[in-house]
Amino acid sequence: MISNSEKERYKNIVDKASPKSNVLSDCLKAFWVGGSICVMGQLISNYLKSLGLDKGTASLYTSSAIILLTVILTSFGFFEQIAKYAGAGTSVPITGFANSVCASALEFKKEGIVLGMAAKMFVLAGPVIVYSTVSSVIVGVIYYIYKYTSFAK
Amino acid sequence: MGKKIGRSTVKFGSPVCISNAASIVGPKEGEGPLSEYFDKILGDELVGQGSWEQAESKIVNDTVNLLLQKSGLSTKDIDYVFAGDLLNQTAGSTFGFRGIDINYFGIYGACSSFGEGLGLGAMVIDGGFANRVIVSASSHFGSAEKQFRLPMEAGSQRPPTSSWTVTGDGCALLDKGGHGPFITSVTTGRIIDMGIKDQNNMGAAMAPAASDTIYTHLKDLGVTADYYDLIITGDLGYIGIELLIKLLGEKGIGINKKISDCGIKIFDRDKQDTHNGGSGCACSAVTFSGYLFELLKGKSLNKILLVPTGALLSPTSVLQNETIPSIAHAVAIENL
Repeated sequence: MISNSEKERYKNIVDKASPKSNVLSDCLKAFWVGGSICVMGQLISNYLKSLGLDKGTASLYTSSAIILLTVILTSFGFFEQIAKYAGAGTSVPITGFANSVCASALEFKKEGIVLGMAAKMFVLAGPVIVYSTVSSVIVGVIYYIYKYTSFAK
Repeated sequence: MGKKIGRSTVKFGSPVCISNAASIVGPKEGEGPLSEYFDKILGDELVGQGSWEQAESKIVNDTVNLLLQKSGLSTKDIDYVFAGDLLNQTAGSTFGFRGIDINYFGIYGACSSFGEGLGLGAMVIDGGFANRVIVSASSHFGSAEKQFRLPMEAGSQRPPTSSWTVTGDGCALLDKGGHGPFITSVTTGRIIDMGIKDQNNMGAAMAPAASDTIYTHLKDLGVTADYYDLIITGDLGYIGIELLIKLLGEKGIGINKKISDCGIKIFDRDKQDTHNGGSGCACSAVTFSGYLFELLKGKSLNKILLVPTGALLSPTSVLQNETIPSIAHAVAIENL
């Protein structure tokens, strides 16, 4: 048996030998690409509002446009290259969510359109949906209590 | 007849000849430093198939047929095949050998499968149970990513410690007689787990297994590392090799000048963006069947110790927060 102290010692050696990602440069790349995506979204949204759409509808169409763009880029194999450079810059905005659904659908369509594509489509995005739904319920309850207790008076 | 020496080594009374080898690799491997040594470089990773898994099996099938054709043999001349790959139920190999009429043993040693196959094949021949055995090991970047990591088009950054799964298949033909090179001894590895959990740092997980096997091999045979022209591990990569040198150094074995790694050899990490190096069953299989076999045949290398390394994790074990058990098998190959 290998003792825990031996394992601990080895872990320290490994940590020293393993190169780390360059956090500063990764952050800067993520910032400018992620920021550019947001600026693009804002421009689309402003344009839609200038056409007379209300804020809610304009936001909805903006999200849809960015999702569509991501899916097209993913399908042609370009998104992965951008994401490799940008990291969190593409995974944090809605582009990351759209890409994870599209990539899974593409990868698993060989296993059929029901049990393959449709079932596995949310293999990466599923947790996002589950936990965003759960947190929206929690926030909703807090909001309800807040609204009908403090403001009611 | 062969005999067991020391704790883990079999030394063959009449060494087993590796009479031929064949390798087929994917396009990325074909752009690497070893490109001139491979028999065939594929134009695209799908090889005209519908899925990564089917592509891998097609590569297996083609490589075996290529080996038979190069050797002027037919399936009935071969007694057994030992084949392994990374996919669930070792489907890459079994579907690849569908339609090839040879008695089949499927093996799983993760990326050490080629070493496991060479060891078993040589023992079967030396034991008198066979005259000719084929050993095959394959992997495919697409099928491995799909099974162990993320869908191909999912955008993500690979950490600097990660390695790149080699696409291809390497096949060796073991023969009772022949002109060599010969497998003179094999040391079977033990499962070693030093508590590494990071599946993106498999070099670190496997280095202790390689160290254990190499140390045991040298001790069992009573030789020093200087006996070999080259000691080459399977897919430790840059990080794993650094750790291996350190671990063996602590046991008083200096191998700095002798050591290399198939995962380091097969890609140019600066040009090909492969971080820690190549990995996968095919990494050691094609590097041996293409490059090393050629050098042994040409006598520019005469004594090598091939040590394919395997990280025995599963996608489930990773999710269950398990550590990574690893293994390494040492195969001594010499011109006599």
